[in-house]
Amino acid sequence: MATLFQGVGAVTPFSASSSLDSNKLLLPSRKSLSISDSRGSIFVYRSDALNLKAATRKQDLLIPNAVATKGETSTSAKSGHELLLFEALHEGLEEEMERDPRVCVMGEDVGHYGGSYKVTKGLAEKYGDLRVLDTPIAENSFTGMGIGAAMTGLRPIVEGMNMGFLLLAFNQISNNCGMLHYTSGGQFTIPIVIRGPGGVGRQLGAEHSQRLESYFQSIPGIQMVACSTPYNAKGLMKAAIRSENPVILFEHVLLYNLKERIPDEEYVLSLEEAEMVRPGEHITILTYSRMRYHVMQAAKTLVNKGYDPEVIDIRSLKPFDLYTIGCSVKKTHRVLIVEECMRTGGIGASLTAAITENFHDYLDAPIVCLSSQDVPTPYAGTLEEWTVVQPAQIVSAVEQLCQ
Amino acid sequence: MALSRIASSTHASNLLKPLSAALSIRRVISSDSTDPLTIETSLPFISHKCDAPPRAVDTSASELFSFFRDMATMRRMEIAADSLYKAKLIRGFCHLYDGQEAVAIGMEAAITKKDAIITAYRDHCIFIGRGGTLLEVFGELMGRICGGSKGKGGSMHFYRKQTNFFGGHGIVGAQIPLGCGLAFAQRYSKEENVTFTLYGDGAANQGQLFEALNMAALWDLPAILVCENNHYGMGTAEWRAAKNPAYYKRGDYVPGLKVDGMDVLAVKQACKFAKEHALKNGPLILEMDTYRYHGHSMSDPGSTYRTRDEISGVRQERDPIERVRKLLLAHDIASEKELKDIEKQVRKDVDDAIAKAKECPMPDPSELFTNVYVKGLGVESFGADRKEVRATLP
Repeated sequence: MATLFQGVGAVTPFSASSSLDSNKLLLPSRKSLSISDSRGSIFVYRSDALNLKAATRKQDLLIPNAVATKGETSTSAKSGHELLLFEALHEGLEEEMERDPRVCVMGEDVGHYGGSYKVTKGLAEKYGDLRVLDTPIAENSFTGMGIGAAMTGLRPIVEGMNMGFLLLAFNQISNNCGMLHYTSGGQFTIPIVIRGPGGVGRQLGAEHSQRLESYFQSIPGIQMVACSTPYNAKGLMKAAIRSENPVILFEHVLLYNLKERIPDEEYVLSLEEAEMVRPGEHITILTYSRMRYHVMQAAKTLVNKGYDPEVIDIRSLKPFDLYTIGCSVKKTHRVLIVEECMRTGGIGASLTAAITENFHDYLDAPIVCLSSQDVPTPYAGTLEEWTVVQPAQIVSAVEQLCQ
Repeated sequence: MALSRIASSTHASNLLKPLSAALSIRRVISSDSTDPLTIETSLPFISHKCDAPPRAVDTSASELFSFFRDMATMRRMEIAADSLYKAKLIRGFCHLYDGQEAVAIGMEAAITKKDAIITAYRDHCIFIGRGGTLLEVFGELMGRICGGSKGKGGSMHFYRKQTNFFGGHGIVGAQIPLGCGLAFAQRYSKEENVTFTLYGDGAANQGQLFEALNMAALWDLPAILVCENNHYGMGTAEWRAAKNPAYYKRGDYVPGLKVDGMDVLAVKQACKFAKEHALKNGPLILEMDTYRYHGHSMSDPGSTYRTRDEISGVRQERDPIERVRKLLLAHDIASEKELKDIEKQVRKDVDDAIAKAKECPMPDPSELFTNVYVKGLGVESFGADRKEVRATLP
């Protein structure tokens, strides 16, 4: 798994020396990683220097066994805490707001209401109405406001209640957010985070089921990441807030109630790295966001049928983590892209082009890209199911590719 | 440079003293005097939902002198940009500010460099007002690395972070929410500064203006929205674009003030009043009644939608520089010759800057990829052979 623990501040020398070689990380379970024997390569750091010594001492006490034996009363097997994805986002957000007084949130119903998906619940009571700002329904203007505030050094997080509404703010995101650092010759940085849920939900209708990653992907100057698990949601949220570049964080409406155990310690993930979900030998399946779960479901069927798919959650939609992807293509020689974007001009289309340009020699078969149909998402449940890629289609695509 | 010029003029005035005494014209005030001088604005202020400030403006001889010099510099710079554009050294869009200099200068006189200004694409003179140099202006216009944005922005993208000038925006009206964001940041950090958000009569019909105004009024942000009404939105006269061209009233619940934008003292008074108001009571709209002599941009002759008589009429009756010149002469702060000398000096400065900018090189091709992202989190266009996987966090 190519996830990365990174330290804060003074840890820089450590993280530079340790190299989490992707070859070493063929550990299928993340639980074992948190107590892994590669002691030198994991650095979990407390945010304040006072706990520095405590943290290092705790590390020395970590149990080096990769497998937790039964009957052990150690905290290692049960380390971390369980929560839902929206709670993970909330935790990441709160930790960052605690850490840096310049971090503020603005969006519709984020304050008193607690956020339409409860990501900002309780924050307004804790930090005040100015820091967790309830805006009127004016996406263009409050996104512009966030960008203006970011130009002066504040670190706003703009929440779109649904990603689709951010189309109204496209001008601000494209022209001001993405380009100001360049057109000012480097004078201004825009450390803004624009986040919100998108994707096809449960019969939400065409306008509320949009996937904007395809529209935003060609804006120069912004970064795009898509979270898919509580673990990477918290890590990516924190990384996005700390980044000096404008970051668009894509969440998915249907993934907010995913439950997972995440570490207690503070961790931040890298914004430009992909996640190795399941290493394999026969075929590389690239996916992100909700489609990861469809792919994993298909993977179970495929394993039963004797295939060994390598599943990579690309996470970083702009720029692509071509290193991880390239290493995988080199190994398997076959690529299947499974995405929720539309076929035309989607992330899959760009990824196909990038892989073909860079790794053409390693490919044994043409790249297959499974994406949603180029239709407005219908309301009827059965039709909606047909617009998105289903596990059965993934299985048949893999079978065809691996002939 | 400024002080030496004032010193030289006092030298000249000392020499002229016996002469002027002989001609029975007594020099009332010397041009470097900072004694307060009170001058009335030529037109009264018209207000909407607030009390208009008084017409008597406090100024001084040295301030009036600096107004003249700065406005002459701006005027000369814009005319020079016109010739450079026609010589194809400046390409693309070039929106000139001549005729509107009083707004830039009057605003600067009323505020500090800690207050923020953000404007649209007619930004060359505001950049100068905020401390930009002529070399940076011409360098940027000609796309050289000595330009304010290293040649990567162009005419519509002047910024100056250290003096809180936030640009320089090409899309009409998009800078207004940004300006509200600046005011929000000022309120957030509890600084006693204000933001002047400039827009034109064309942008006054944009929805984002009213959205931003609503938010600014809702949260009492120290934002002052200044409509530089030059009566034409490119080729469309204001009465053809707006049902209600009284832009200072269109804030409805937000107070407004209509100001003669060709009178630098009126602009100064209005901006001073606006700053005090915004710090206490929230946003305010200032409508500056001004005029541009050039067309909308260099590709617009400016005469298809208005008559040449109109343009020359405004130039004769309301020109901001002429107004200050008359004031300086009437109060005997400077003589005709001194003012002509200043204009000559300004012309020379501008020519020198242009010559220096012409010698400046174009940006290196590698500059194409710089400043797209901020370094520090390892963000670059990744290739397949990227060896570095890690990025170090700040």
